[in-house]
Amino acid sequence: MSLPTRSFGPVTRTDIVRYQGASGDFNPIHHDEPFAHAAGLPAVLSVGMLQAGYLATYCAEQFGPENVRAFKVRFLERVWPGDVLTCTGEIVAEEPSLITVELRMERAPGEAVLTGSATFAV
Amino acid sequence: MNERRVLTRFEMTVERGKIQEFARATGATDPAYFGEDPPVPPTFLISAAHWRPFDAPLPYESLGMDLRRVLHGEQEFRFHGPPPRAGARLTVEVRIESLTSKQSRRGGLMRIALIVTDFTDEHGRLVAESRSTTLETGAPE
Repeated sequence: MSLPTRSFGPVTRTDIVRYQGASGDFNPIHHDEPFAHAAGLPAVLSVGMLQAGYLATYCAEQFGPENVRAFKVRFLERVWPGDVLTCTGEIVAEEPSLITVELRMERAPGEAVLTGSATFAV
Repeated sequence: MNERRVLTRFEMTVERGKIQEFARATGATDPAYFGEDPPVPPTFLISAAHWRPFDAPLPYESLGMDLRRVLHGEQEFRFHGPPPRAGARLTVEVRIESLTSKQSRRGGLMRIALIVTDFTDEHGRLVAESRSTTLETGAPE
């Protein structure tokens, strides 16, 4: 069974800074444009864990935040300010007390930036 | 090469305000996060970074990795029961679970570290684990 899709973004520099403050990761490559340019990047880069956090929000709000038992992501592509990130999910296993979902986040159709999975107690 | 060593150990108190801040920052609107007794969002425990002692090296520093070539490959959180709630006092232990290297397709040696963080409660019960795969791409030749 597929979960309803949900989009986050377009990601702004403010979203990135807010996430860095919340998470305690202050790597300047995510908010300091001159630093990012010196590292050869066209702009500041989003934080991988911000995208992971959106994907976690997406599934946790469907099954209940208190029910999460595992969440896993694989980082595939870098994300930039302006990107709109669309989450999809599929229930792949239903045991009597546990549901497993496979998750995916795309920047454009067919262009995955994150894949992952999660399990929830039911 | 394979090694396993503890990098740092410290205390962390899960705070209601930090949960709200983190939930908002990750696009959450679920009322569970904004009420009296909120659970942590699934990726919240990454914010244990706020509690790290000033003198504790970051994992990539302990491994001697070059930040310009470091990538976050994978991240996993496992909860052994319901996720901790505001007020939980956790002991956080960060360790290098394994460090391997392989020849990169683009040349040079790629190093792959699995960094595991255990979160135990006041009763010594393991409540959650964070498993982080960090890659250092091969140095340009």
